[in-house]
Amino acid sequence: MRRFLRPGHDPVRERLKRDLFQFNKTVEHGFPHQPSALGYSPFLRLMAIGTRSGAIKLYGAPGVEFMGLHEENNTVMQIHFIPDQCQLVTLLDDNSLHLWSLKQHGGASELREEHRFTLKGPPGSPPSATQVTAVLPHSSREVLYLGTESGNIFVVELPSFRVLEDRTITPEAVLQRIPEDNCNRRSCELVEALREHPKNPDQILIGYSRALIVLWDLQNNKAIHHFLGSQQLENLYWQRDGSKFISCHYDGSYTQWPVSSDNRQSEPLENTVPYGPFPCKAISKIYWQTTKNGLPYIIFQGGMPRASYGDRHSISVIHGSQQTAFDFTSRVIDFFIIFSSDPAAEYDDPSALVVLAEEELVVIDLKSAGWPAVHPPYLASLHCSAITCSHHVSNIPLKLWERIISAGSKQNIHYSSMPWPIDGGTNIAPDPPQRDLLLTGHEDGTVRFWDASGVCLHLLYKLSTVRVFLTDADPNDNMNTLGEDEWPPLRKVGTFDPYSDDPRLGIQKIYLCKYSGYLAVAGTAGQVLVMELNDEDAEHVVDHAEADLLQDQEGYRWKGHEKLKTRDGPVRFEAGFQPFVLVQCQPPAVVTSLALHSEWKLVAFGTSHGFGLFDHQQKRLVFVKCTLHPSDQLAMEGPLSRVKSLKKSLRQSFRRIRRSRVSSRKRRGGGGNASEVQEANAKFDQDALQEMELAPVQRKIEARSAEDSFTGFVRTLYFADTFLRDSSRHCPSLWAGTNGGTVYAFCLRVPPAERRMDEPVRAEQAKEIQLMHRAPVVGILVLDGRSTPLPEPLEVAHDLSKSPDMQGSHQLLVVSEEQFKVFTLPKVSSKLKLKLTALEGCRVRKVTVANFGSCKTDDYSENDLAVLTNLGDIQIISLPFLKLQIRYPCIRKEDVSGIASCVFTKYGQGFYLISPSEFERFSLSTKWLVEPRCIVDMPEVTSNNHVHNKSGTENAARKSSVGDCGEDERKSGRLMEHALLNDEKVLKEIQSTLEGGR
Amino acid sequence: EFRRFSLERSKPGKFEEFYGLLQHVHKIPNVDVLVGYTDIHGDLLPINNDDNYHKAVSTANPLLRIFIQRKEDADYSAFGTDTMTRKKNVLSNVLRPDNHKKKPHIVISMPQDFRPVSSIIDVDILPETHRRVRLYKYGTDKPLGFYIRDGSSVRVTPHGLEKVPGIFISRLVPGGLAQSTGLLAVNDEVLEVNGIEVSGKSLDQVTDMMIANSRNLIITVRPANQRNNVVRNSRTSGSSGQSTESSLPSSTPNMLGNLQGEEESDEEDIIIEDSGEPQQIPKAAPTSESIESLSQIELLHESTQNGFLPSSEMNLNHSAGSISMEYEVPEPGRKSLEEDGTIITL
Repeated sequence: MRRFLRPGHDPVRERLKRDLFQFNKTVEHGFPHQPSALGYSPFLRLMAIGTRSGAIKLYGAPGVEFMGLHEENNTVMQIHFIPDQCQLVTLLDDNSLHLWSLKQHGGASELREEHRFTLKGPPGSPPSATQVTAVLPHSSREVLYLGTESGNIFVVELPSFRVLEDRTITPEAVLQRIPEDNCNRRSCELVEALREHPKNPDQILIGYSRALIVLWDLQNNKAIHHFLGSQQLENLYWQRDGSKFISCHYDGSYTQWPVSSDNRQSEPLENTVPYGPFPCKAISKIYWQTTKNGLPYIIFQGGMPRASYGDRHSISVIHGSQQTAFDFTSRVIDFFIIFSSDPAAEYDDPSALVVLAEEELVVIDLKSAGWPAVHPPYLASLHCSAITCSHHVSNIPLKLWERIISAGSKQNIHYSSMPWPIDGGTNIAPDPPQRDLLLTGHEDGTVRFWDASGVCLHLLYKLSTVRVFLTDADPNDNMNTLGEDEWPPLRKVGTFDPYSDDPRLGIQKIYLCKYSGYLAVAGTAGQVLVMELNDEDAEHVVDHAEADLLQDQEGYRWKGHEKLKTRDGPVRFEAGFQPFVLVQCQPPAVVTSLALHSEWKLVAFGTSHGFGLFDHQQKRLVFVKCTLHPSDQLAMEGPLSRVKSLKKSLRQSFRRIRRSRVSSRKRRGGGGNASEVQEANAKFDQDALQEMELAPVQRKIEARSAEDSFTGFVRTLYFADTFLRDSSRHCPSLWAGTNGGTVYAFCLRVPPAERRMDEPVRAEQAKEIQLMHRAPVVGILVLDGRSTPLPEPLEVAHDLSKSPDMQGSHQLLVVSEEQFKVFTLPKVSSKLKLKLTALEGCRVRKVTVANFGSCKTDDYSENDLAVLTNLGDIQIISLPFLKLQIRYPCIRKEDVSGIASCVFTKYGQGFYLISPSEFERFSLSTKWLVEPRCIVDMPEVTSNNHVHNKSGTENAARKSSVGDCGEDERKSGRLMEHALLNDEKVLKEIQSTLEGGR
Repeated sequence: EFRRFSLERSKPGKFEEFYGLLQHVHKIPNVDVLVGYTDIHGDLLPINNDDNYHKAVSTANPLLRIFIQRKEDADYSAFGTDTMTRKKNVLSNVLRPDNHKKKPHIVISMPQDFRPVSSIIDVDILPETHRRVRLYKYGTDKPLGFYIRDGSSVRVTPHGLEKVPGIFISRLVPGGLAQSTGLLAVNDEVLEVNGIEVSGKSLDQVTDMMIANSRNLIITVRPANQRNNVVRNSRTSGSSGQSTESSLPSSTPNMLGNLQGEEESDEEDIIIEDSGEPQQIPKAAPTSESIESLSQIELLHESTQNGFLPSSEMNLNHSAGSISMEYEVPEPGRKSLEEDGTIITL
């Protein structure tokens, strides 16, 4: 009877599947791609970032995040929070306005778009008549003032966006009330800035582009004052008490103006060109912040001398005699100052400067001496140097976690100790179920360790492999060589650095053993480093070996890059992961696969030429195996070859895009090399374009053959303790799979621990399987007698319940791009298969074993294969019967770099790059879900003159109690972090009290 | 006269040995004979080398019918596609070559290294406008040799004629397998690949499916030139004596037909143990564990074969260690051959 049940219609299994699998894209980590606007609400203490693709993201305290997307996908030009409300208005580049609000729903706040509106002029009027250039949300929360290109200022009612036509401030009306002969209609073209008087909500300051500034009385519709500058206006800012304001101009000057009741036409108090006397660039935005000691902070963007520093992206802070021009590596989008928001306070007392640059967020602590940067808990620039690979490790033991954090904290001493100043909202998500690490390898030879446990992807520690090698770049050659007396006083800030000294340093493969703390990384020039975690700085010699993967092969000549030169003698390493073994593959082709067995102390590595096994205990090469097919000449061409994998060329084009974006505004330094690269890139583009035009859109249908190129490319390496030769004795083994569908199995003899240093490790080839369909082998796995995947090295030693079944017969699972096949062991006979490509026309890109727990019953969990295909679909395939469980579309199939960057976790989650700087996190599991869940409450309205909100006070009273509770949680959050660093017991205590409290 | 004997399916041995065995069984040690067999489509095909001998054994279901004739009075024209079905009286032709004198045959020679390279299959279940072609890639060094492209075709839908995207053959490589068969042509629209419809799939997906099936590629096309369509014999003449077939739901386009016929032939992964000789990887005997997978395959058929009863025997044969062979010398007038192009084998 059972055999006639359709596989898809077993009701029990179907129910179980619902309890196990569920697809969600949960959160975006990293820095938004192409940010275009910034907003801040001092009232909510939330920051908003808009992007060129129409996304809007809100950030508050760590874990408090919201995201919205404008349907139009147009660039967000401006973001304005409505004063004292959970609402904000966005202006897009199609001149549409959108009202968003944070509303509570099901216990958590959500960001929703409420209304949209496009200003319409009278019929026949030019589009510029209604092109919005300045937005002022009035403190009454009832109206928005919209300044336009035509000089008209329209008034719209909130939240309905109804235009109050009788209140429109026309240029004609303004001019009528200014008894000035030298003002004409043109003076009132284009509204640059609208600022409400800080003390009197009935007055607004209107700044027109042609330097006419008018203080307008809204009640009586008349100009109280007008001010006429000599230079084109860029922006305006009020002093806190409303007695003065400051204007900044196109010529790099700023001007202070007095506002007094007696004289109607004012002369400026002071006009300064801070970086004069030579022509300067525009100052596009300026802040004037008062302090108790009387010396104001003047903070402005731009104004650099046009000729020598015109290409810098700078923000200057002037405070008395102190002056610093913070120098950013990418364009400044916008910035704001965090200052005392209490209207009763006498001074602004600024505490932090928050700068949104095109590639990173930088926060400067203005309270501490030297104005140090604050380490952001989120919005990390993942792409400081381009990401080349990633590796995820779930469930890190506490001890290792602490040691990594402690190594990282030593690297962060130059950061300010100020708590994160943007701390609105309350994170109500449950604590992450476990400690997870995401490791990213970068083009500049660094590996970054990210805390991927929760919603905030946070940098814990950065490891650089550069020190092991001799590179051309002089380590002292950076932009901070400017002396004390240099003018302008530039100071480089931020971490984004798109320039890689040497592409050979790029990291390609990472493997971390979480039990032993051994880390193996492998790179572009065939380098393989084995490292150990050391809590102290140390100076030692790195053992160096070479692995000639071509061995006896004759007639090959490597045309690619040279191998990296190593440093002779001892090298000083800072606390953290310190390399002790370096193996360099010969030819120095990119390492394509890597495996580390921390118990046997062996590391295996593969390139397009073959693979090798190195004993890092005895520091001896055990064997190498050449996988090159005699006819495959292309494998020798190296990375400069035109015939490269698509992935590579895509990454290159990504890089090119990024470079061109940055370099167009970047300093001209670097000399001829950069232009050469650009030229080469341009040529490459042209060639690629030509190729595309010539080739008709057709596909060749041909069986794969042994003569295809890159068949020897080693795609996967796998260590297993299994029955390779006979069914009575199991032994260590190494498995390798190639691009040509070949699987090699080597039988290893590892001496017992007590004689580990005395006897050599031996290896002998035991099997070679050639899959007839010859598709690339992307995964190899051995299932134990209970059909459970074999545990990781040392996993059993740390958790006895997981020891594999060595009694029953083992099975070998080989995953190629096209098929899943199960073979018996030790005698290889085929048992089961799933021909994915033949059935669906998709190919396997990534495959991992993932453990899925049921959301209904705690004690049920099962292992399945999580598979990402070249179409961007994710499929879950059961083990050991290879039945498709469920399929979800995840990544667009055109997004090749997204698909290439995907990593799965051991518990059914995953990450992939949605842009060079952002990881999308997704979950396939009903049980393991990390997503933002937070509440933003209206804080208490402290102001006395803003009592428009009728239920304001009672609302605030209720909210404040919630706010207190939130404060508690924040505190305990910090406490917990501290505890993590110190003692597991304390952690448990805190956890239990927290749980008791809930 | 006919003989019946059994052979081990998994180890059929060499053709030479088999030939010797036949001579031995018939006690004609010094007579040169031509050996032929009927395949699942009812075609009489020769056995004269190891390849087609193994092929013949693998098609046993479980019986394999073998015909032998003396070489000197052999009728070569009896061999070939549809020989056993189209010709009314193949058997009498074989036995009484004098019947043929009216229409003398030009005998060129018997191809010595005979191997199938392509075939048109499931003629009886497909619409006449469609053609299902199997390309036998294994055993030949010829490239498949064709290209596909995106295009659009016109379909009749409930809303009238509609243009829909389709996949077309764009180019045949001279000397390639596809061209040499003459069954595929430029601008033929590809409808299915090994029984899976391509509509809704991208060019790259279809490419991947074809490459994944390249060892046993079955393409259903709508030929650009509709004049050379195979005319279904059951309609044109009653000569086949298979009028029973006309009751088949012959116009269903998505019949699986023989698609699974050679399923296992492309699965000959090779293992080299301890640097020894390469061997084909055997199939593991089904254990209780793999029953589930087996049933899955059956179910697939159940859902797709549109009313044909699956033969329960077939699945058992799947793993049987040996086969029995039926061997007969046909008698005049004996209608011995069953022809059913819709049988599904595993």
